Amino acid sequence: MSSSRLETLALCLQNVLTGKLVSTSERLGELTIVVSSTDMLWAMETLRDHADLGFEMLIDLCGMDYSTYGSESVAGNDWQGKRFAVVYHLLSISHNLRLRVKAFADDDEFPVLDSVMGVWPSANWFEREAFDLYGIVFTGHPDLRRILTDYGFIGNPFRKDFPVSGNVEMRYDPDQQRVIYQPVSIEPRQITPRVIREEHYGDSE
Amino acid sequence: MAEIRNYTMNFGPQHPAAHGVLRLVLELDGEVIQRADPHIGLLHRATEKLAEYKMYIQSLPYMDRLDYVSMMSNEHAYVMAIEKLLQLEVPLRAQYIRVMFDEITRILNHLLWLGAHALDVGAMTVFLYAFRDREDLMDCYEAVSGARMHAAYYRPGGVYRDLPDTMPQYQASKIHDEKSTRVLNENRSGSLLDFIEDFTNRFPVYVDEYETLLTDNRIWKQRLVGIGVVSPERAKALGFTGPMLRGSGVEWDLRKKQPYEVYDRINFDIPVGVNGDCYDRYLVRMEEFRQSNSIVKQCVEWLRKNPGPVITDNHKIAPPARIEMKQNMEELIHHFKLFTEGFHVPPGEAYAAVEHPKGEFGIYLVSDGANMPYRLKIRAPGFPHLAALDEMSRGHMIADVVAIIGTQDIVFGEIDR
Repeated sequence: MSSSRLETLALCLQNVLTGKLVSTSERLGELTIVVSSTDMLWAMETLRDHADLGFEMLIDLCGMDYSTYGSESVAGNDWQGKRFAVVYHLLSISHNLRLRVKAFADDDEFPVLDSVMGVWPSANWFEREAFDLYGIVFTGHPDLRRILTDYGFIGNPFRKDFPVSGNVEMRYDPDQQRVIYQPVSIEPRQITPRVIREEHYGDSE
Repeated sequence: MAEIRNYTMNFGPQHPAAHGVLRLVLELDGEVIQRADPHIGLLHRATEKLAEYKMYIQSLPYMDRLDYVSMMSNEHAYVMAIEKLLQLEVPLRAQYIRVMFDEITRILNHLLWLGAHALDVGAMTVFLYAFRDREDLMDCYEAVSGARMHAAYYRPGGVYRDLPDTMPQYQASKIHDEKSTRVLNENRSGSLLDFIEDFTNRFPVYVDEYETLLTDNRIWKQRLVGIGVVSPERAKALGFTGPMLRGSGVEWDLRKKQPYEVYDRINFDIPVGVNGDCYDRYLVRMEEFRQSNSIVKQCVEWLRKNPGPVITDNHKIAPPARIEMKQNMEELIHHFKLFTEGFHVPPGEAYAAVEHPKGEFGIYLVSDGANMPYRLKIRAPGFPHLAALDEMSRGHMIADVVAIIGTQDIVFGEIDR
């Protein structure tokens, strides 16, 4: 998107969502706004219904866990904000605009946000997915069940403190003649370490 | 009076019409659907979580395995997201190659959709014809990447290598003697571009064949017309994209509206439906065959005239040529760093979307500056489509559910991720 159109959109958002915007940033031709969890539902309805915005489509909704953001860098984990966020990607077909909205959940231990299913019905499965993988609870969602993980799964697998190899493994037990769960027997290992280099690392002069 | 209760019926996950591993719990009143509850996740591999523990380049082949009938389109969104964060320029020739293979992929995907859809509805023939043509396109994949499906051909900064000058040949065997092999190899004597051009000349006739089999077929129309009608407003609210949205009459195509690569230099039209039923979506995809074919033709013409590099010369992102690596210390270091540590992506977030054969396929990439993504979210087009299955099938007969699954072009690799 051209920068002038993004500036117009940013200006329009400043006027329409006066005082409700926590922050606005423009980078790589994309506009990101952050709204507080209490204003989120109202802001979403405004974004959809305002004539100059008209974001009639929720393209994507995803959970985020910021707990280890930048933790491999020289400065260490410098993430100051809340742990869990939900990122909404909106699309306006009538104005050909895209917008990213972020809302952080207030409580790190028990993240709760309002459901946007009343604004966009497409949020239904996306919110179930975020609930399943991150344990973010959406109040007002009529059918908040797990969606991608197995029946009876324990834990929220996409949280950063959940090991990539999982906690339990499944096998057939010939003695009990049924499938049983047991703690994983494989050693966790990472072949390539995750590293963050200092700025200008490897630049020639 | 006897108590009347609804039936609850289980459909799948191992049902031939479930297109993989869809489990549906259907609540039926006689033969009429009252509620459909899809249970997904049987193919969940946590691609997004795995990507957080791998270098950027190592996650690329995972993209092929998402929507495993339109492999290169998935890769495209992924490399575009990385290139956006790196602010990397892609050589023009690589952009044309990508557009050409995106459209070949679209034809591949739609061929499988057409065959499977017709098979679900009861026509066996189309499936066999569709696989005849898929074979040729698979050969293009093979010629360019060495793999018939999981190509891993697009790379951050361009494509892996330039188009080959020769096509793989059929060898004489017990099944094919010398003479019939010669016939099979006839259009394989030239370069890959010759082969693709030959295909694009043949393909419109094939599409006509499919149309004769289906478009005016009485059974086909009885099964599709008026089934799964979605209004344009509803389609937008439900998050439909691609042919599902265009079938409802919304003129929206990322290739036209938010053009990426070289789509703004290419002539093509966007077909839209009128009624928003399964039949209109069928017609939209049939027209997309012809449009994609014409795009491939235009790309072939351009690629013939314009040789050039196909991957960026920034060797901090793309590996240097083998011969350079053997002779030049600097390039050896680049090579070593790239394959032991990988490249680092500056901190930030980016969303890149392509017009995938099924709809908008997006990659939301968050980087904290490491050699691995901090978070990778795959926006699969089929996910909101399948979520709307309940609404689309309510009030229809049980046999229509199969037609609706067919029209949604469901592939579980991308829905379950």
